[in-house]
Amino acid sequence: MRSIAAWIGAHPVVSFLIFFAVFPFLVPYQALATQVLIFGLFALGFNLLYGYTGLLSFGHAAYYGLGAYGTGIALARLHVASLWGALGTGLLLAGLGGAIIGFFCLRRRGIYFAMLTLAFAQLLYFVGFHLASVTGGDDGLRGIPQLRLGLPGLAVSLDSPISFYYFCFVLVGLAVAALKRILESPFGAVLQAIRENSDRAVACGYDVNRVKLLSFVFSAVFAGLAGSLDALRLTVVPIESLYWTTSGQVVMMTLLGGAGTFFGPFVGAATYLVLEDRLSVFTESWPLVIGAIFSAFVLFLPRGIWGTLTGGFHGRQST
Amino acid sequence: MIDISFSALVAQVFTGLVLGMIFVLLAIGLSLIFGLMTVVNFAHGSLFMLGAYFGVFLYGVTRNFWISLVVAPLMVGGLGLVIERFLIRRLYGRSPDDPLLLTFGLSLIMVEAARLIWGKIGLTLDPPRALAGAVDLGFMNFPAYRLFVIGITVLVLIAIWLFLERTNVGLIIRAGSRDPLMVRALGIDLSRIWLLVFGIGTGLAGLAGILAGPMRGVYAEMGVTMVIESFVVIVVGGMGSLIGAVVAGLLMGQVVGLTTYFAPALAEIMVFIAMAVVLLVRPSGLFGEAGLLE
Repeated sequence: MRSIAAWIGAHPVVSFLIFFAVFPFLVPYQALATQVLIFGLFALGFNLLYGYTGLLSFGHAAYYGLGAYGTGIALARLHVASLWGALGTGLLLAGLGGAIIGFFCLRRRGIYFAMLTLAFAQLLYFVGFHLASVTGGDDGLRGIPQLRLGLPGLAVSLDSPISFYYFCFVLVGLAVAALKRILESPFGAVLQAIRENSDRAVACGYDVNRVKLLSFVFSAVFAGLAGSLDALRLTVVPIESLYWTTSGQVVMMTLLGGAGTFFGPFVGAATYLVLEDRLSVFTESWPLVIGAIFSAFVLFLPRGIWGTLTGGFHGRQST
Repeated sequence: MIDISFSALVAQVFTGLVLGMIFVLLAIGLSLIFGLMTVVNFAHGSLFMLGAYFGVFLYGVTRNFWISLVVAPLMVGGLGLVIERFLIRRLYGRSPDDPLLLTFGLSLIMVEAARLIWGKIGLTLDPPRALAGAVDLGFMNFPAYRLFVIGITVLVLIAIWLFLERTNVGLIIRAGSRDPLMVRALGIDLSRIWLLVFGIGTGLAGLAGILAGPMRGVYAEMGVTMVIESFVVIVVGGMGSLIGAVVAGLLMGQVVGLTTYFAPALAEIMVFIAMAVVLLVRPSGLFGEAGLLE
């Protein structure tokens, strides 16, 4: 098992491509596979900030929601004719939001940071809630058209679940490759240095605040791409996308899977979504069960499922 | 133009004051726990909610508001003791993020359990008959129950102040927030103090819950936004500063109260704008020391 895990750790992009190419045929229905891809990507973005930089954000719903609303508003309100243009709008909005909110939140360190990210995400939620003429308010943003995917020389329809899955597969695959590139760059090494010992990274002459902000923005853009894809999948953006429960969801997914491990986010997203899917058949109170499982993981398995198998980051050390 | 009637404005200031009192009770508890243990209790809002539900339950059994008012916070504090002793205690020495994550999980469990036990539809809690009417303050009438909430919060704050400043245990708590290692070196068992402080802090959340019940209604999600707003209060006041928690709590009560009067749609947003301004101008908060407890 460990040697397989080690091989996967050494070749993350190839492993991702092999596994997720056949994934839709391994799960009960294809919609679940698409969800795992999208939420896995969301958790991947969160993990860059928490697992690799050591910053716990409790407000990642903000960037996921900005991506979703950006893409949704571009398609439904501004009638942008290109799918790429709409996706770009979502990513831009998420990145911009990440830069502004990140600037504020990074003024404080430690446990403060988590509370600030949460507070700013709630601010965005209330803004979205009251700006009903743009966002649809409480009813959510409706009427997102299903555009055909424009590629040079052909237009691909994304109507069927399986073609939409492979559309996500390609984009998430690119994101995975980008994340691997980031983590293996000198910048990625500084991120992990900050996680291990922020003061020492400062002493080494790194502009720690700038690096953290950049990591925050990258993380927001990944989350924004997940939100954009989810808006296309659902053809509606519910107001809950911006709510703190969405932030909580991505925290739970990442920790269940294993923070600071490359595939932990995907393992966690799959675990969470399958649990939700199975449990909601039996009881309306499924969040109670997931909450209990999550609490047990924090107490007894802080490395998460994938982290326990491969060995990963298990939380910032106390100072 | 906005028609500003004086008495309506004063009434709004008083309403803001009552909300501020609830904020203060929550923020003081959070701040005490954080100052001593560097634990951010995400479940604080859910314990606030449980305080209100325990109040409804006890009122149903005893038909006496006063007994409920005393017993409900004790029950919540008791639950807090159990949470600290058997769950959070395991996490000391690990990352300071871990207690936050654990209490987040616990708050999910509590909210869902409340829905399961008391249903999804909100309940009401009536104020006691003695406080049902309004009091004539000379320039306006104000609900007696709200005046009572203000009064009892002031009394509780004085009691906490006396406890921290005038008793031996209070001295140990203050010393433990400043330098836990030194306090331990003096041979004092801090783990019992942690337990006590967690119990007091969560008990205050329960008290805030039962006090808020007759004014805001009792429902499973009632604590969720309250805990986030209490975090904001602490950030504005300065982490770990009790004076800061009191001043910022009252301030935020006024911010919400007055924006509700002038621009209702902005009421929820203004709290966060105020926080952003404080962060820009004075990142450590109004009464916080820079770099403390980070």
